[in-house]
Amino acid sequence: MTAFTRTALVLGLAFLYAPILVLVVFSFNASSLVTVWGGFSTRWYGVLLDDAPLIAAAWVSLRVALMAALVATILGTLAALALERHGRFRGRGPFTALVYAPMVMPEVITGLSLLLLFVGIGLDRGLATIVIAHATFGTGFVAVVVGARLKGLDRSLEEAAADLGAGPARVFRTVTLPLLAPAVAAGFLLAFTLSLDDLVIASFVSGPGATTLPMRLYSQVRLGVNPEINAASTLLIALVSLVVLAASRLLGRPDAAA
Amino acid sequence: MHAPVPPRPEPLVRIDRVSKTFGAHRAVDGVSLDLEAGSFLCLLGPSGCGKSTLLRLLAGFESPEAGRILIDGADVTGLPPHRRPVNMMFQSYALFPHMSVGRNVAYGLQGLGLGRTAIAERVADLLRLVRLEGLSERRPDRLSGGQRQRVALARALAREPRVLLLDEPLGALDRGLREETQGELRALQRRLATTFVVVTHDPAEAMTLADRIAVMDRGRLVQAGSAADLYERPESRFVAGLLGDVNLIEGRLGGGRPDGRATLETGFGALVAGAPEAALGPGEPVVAAIRPERVALLAGPGEGLQGTVTDAVFLGDRIRRQVRMRDGTLIRAASPVSADPGAGPGTEVRLAIPPEAVRVLAP
Repeated sequence: MTAFTRTALVLGLAFLYAPILVLVVFSFNASSLVTVWGGFSTRWYGVLLDDAPLIAAAWVSLRVALMAALVATILGTLAALALERHGRFRGRGPFTALVYAPMVMPEVITGLSLLLLFVGIGLDRGLATIVIAHATFGTGFVAVVVGARLKGLDRSLEEAAADLGAGPARVFRTVTLPLLAPAVAAGFLLAFTLSLDDLVIASFVSGPGATTLPMRLYSQVRLGVNPEINAASTLLIALVSLVVLAASRLLGRPDAAA
Repeated sequence: MHAPVPPRPEPLVRIDRVSKTFGAHRAVDGVSLDLEAGSFLCLLGPSGCGKSTLLRLLAGFESPEAGRILIDGADVTGLPPHRRPVNMMFQSYALFPHMSVGRNVAYGLQGLGLGRTAIAERVADLLRLVRLEGLSERRPDRLSGGQRQRVALARALAREPRVLLLDEPLGALDRGLREETQGELRALQRRLATTFVVVTHDPAEAMTLADRIAVMDRGRLVQAGSAADLYERPESRFVAGLLGDVNLIEGRLGGGRPDGRATLETGFGALVAGAPEAALGPGEPVVAAIRPERVALLAGPGEGLQGTVTDAVFLGDRIRRQVRMRDGTLIRAASPVSADPGAGPGTEVRLAIPPEAVRVLAP
C-alpha cells in the first residue's frame, strides 16, 4: 500500500465514520453539555434506562421490525421464486420492476402514498400500518437477496430430487428451501434493520401510541440535543451493526455458492 | 462383436417421432428409437446435437412438442419426472450438498413405503455396490471426484429404475480413472441387467461401454447400431469420420459392374467399391470411406494404384504410413507390425483395397 492510497483510505473512512465516532465518544461524556467533554461516564446510559417513553418507543420499533421483517421475508421469498423459477411468464418484466421499485422510490413518496391509501380505505393508523409500510419496501430487498441466491442455485439439484420421486412440495421443502436458508435469513435481517432505521415512512403512517425509536429520537433532538440521545443512538448503531454483520456472514458462508 | 437382436414386438422404451424445439432451435428433430430391456445404449454426438435433450425428454424434465415416449408399453409423455420409472445420473452429479452421502442415497427410497431399517439396509447395500462402505456420514464436499461419481450412481440406482439415464457420467473424471470406471460401469450394467442409456461425446467411450450406439447430429438420429455396424458400415460421411480414423476420398460414381459392384473414378485412378447406397446413380459426386487398416501396401511395380510413401510412424501395435498418390491425394494406411511391408519414406508402392472395404457415401 502506497502512502497515497493509505492517506486516501484514512480520509475516506474518516469522512464516513468520524461523525458516528464523535457521537459514540460523546455518549460517554460526564458533562450534560453535548459539545464539552467532562470526563468518562456511563451516566447517560443509566438515564436512558429510566426514560420510560424512550424505552416504550424502542419496544415499538422492535415489534414493528420483527413483524415487518417476517412479512417481508415470506412475500419477498415467494416473489423471488416466482421471478426465478416460473420461466418467462407474461408480465415478468413489469412484475420484476414492481417488486424492486419500492427500494429506489423516494421515502417521502412511499410514505405519502401509503398515508393516502390508509386514510382512503379508513384503516386506523398505528402499529399495523407501520408494519405494512415497512413490509412493503422490505419485500423488495428480500426478493433481491433471495433471487441472487436462487440464480446461483444449480437447477439440477431440484431436478435430481424430482427424478428421485419427490413431488414439487417435497422438492421445495427438502432441497430448495434448505439451500436458500442463508439468503432467506439474511433477507430477514436486512428487512429488520431497514425497519429499525426508518424515520420518514414511519412518520407518515404512524398514529397515536405508535412512536418508533427513530421518531422519538428525532422529536427529542428538535427540543435540543442531550447526551442521552447520543447514548440511545450508540445502542441503535451497535444493534444495527450486529444484525448487518450477521446477514453478511450468512451470505458469505462457504456453502452459499452451492 | 454383438449380433443384431431381432426386434421384438414390445421394446422396453419406444421413442416415437419425438421433436423438441427451444425457440427457433430444433434440439431434437423427429427422433424414433426403440430400446430393448437390459441393453446398454449410447447416445453419441458432438455438443449441441440434441443427445442431452433427448435424455432429458426421457427423464421428463422437458416435454416434446410432437411424438410420444412409451416405457413398458405405457405412454409416459405427459408424466412429470417424479412419476416416471426412470432415474438419472447428472453430469454435475447434483449431489445434495446439505445431506450426508447416506441421506443422498436414501432420498429416493423415502415415500416408497419402506420402513426405516429397510431403507438403512438398502443404503448399505448400495454403498457396498459402489464400494463406498463407511462413507455414509460424509458430506459430498468431503469426497473426491471419483467418490462423488459413485454416490451419484448409487443414488440413481436406489429405486431400481427400469431405465438408468447417465448424462456424460465420466465427463468430470481424469483419464486414468475414466478408463477404470468405464469397465466398472459395464460390469455393473451386466450384473444388474438394468437398461442403461448413456450420453457421451466421446466415440471411444461409446464403443467401450455400449452394445448399441445411436449417433445424433443437429437434432436428428443419424444411424443406430452396434459399434461394429457403425465402424464397418457407416451410412454417412459424418458417422464414418466420428468413429476411428478414416480416409475420405472424393470422386464420381462410375458405371455399375456385372457383379453388382460399383466403380469410383478418383483423381488417382479407378477404385472398385462395394454396392453403393441405393440413392446414388452413375456420374454423381460421392465420397469413399476407407479405413486405414484395410489399405494394404504392395511393393514393386505392377498394376494398381501407384503412390509414394511420404511418412511412416511406428505406433507400437501398428505402423501408419501416409501415401501420396499421383494427383497429390494423401491416403493413410495402417499395417500390423507383424505383417509390415517395411516400406520407408520415398518407396514406390501399390495400394490394394478390397472392394468391400470401400464404402460409397453421399458427399
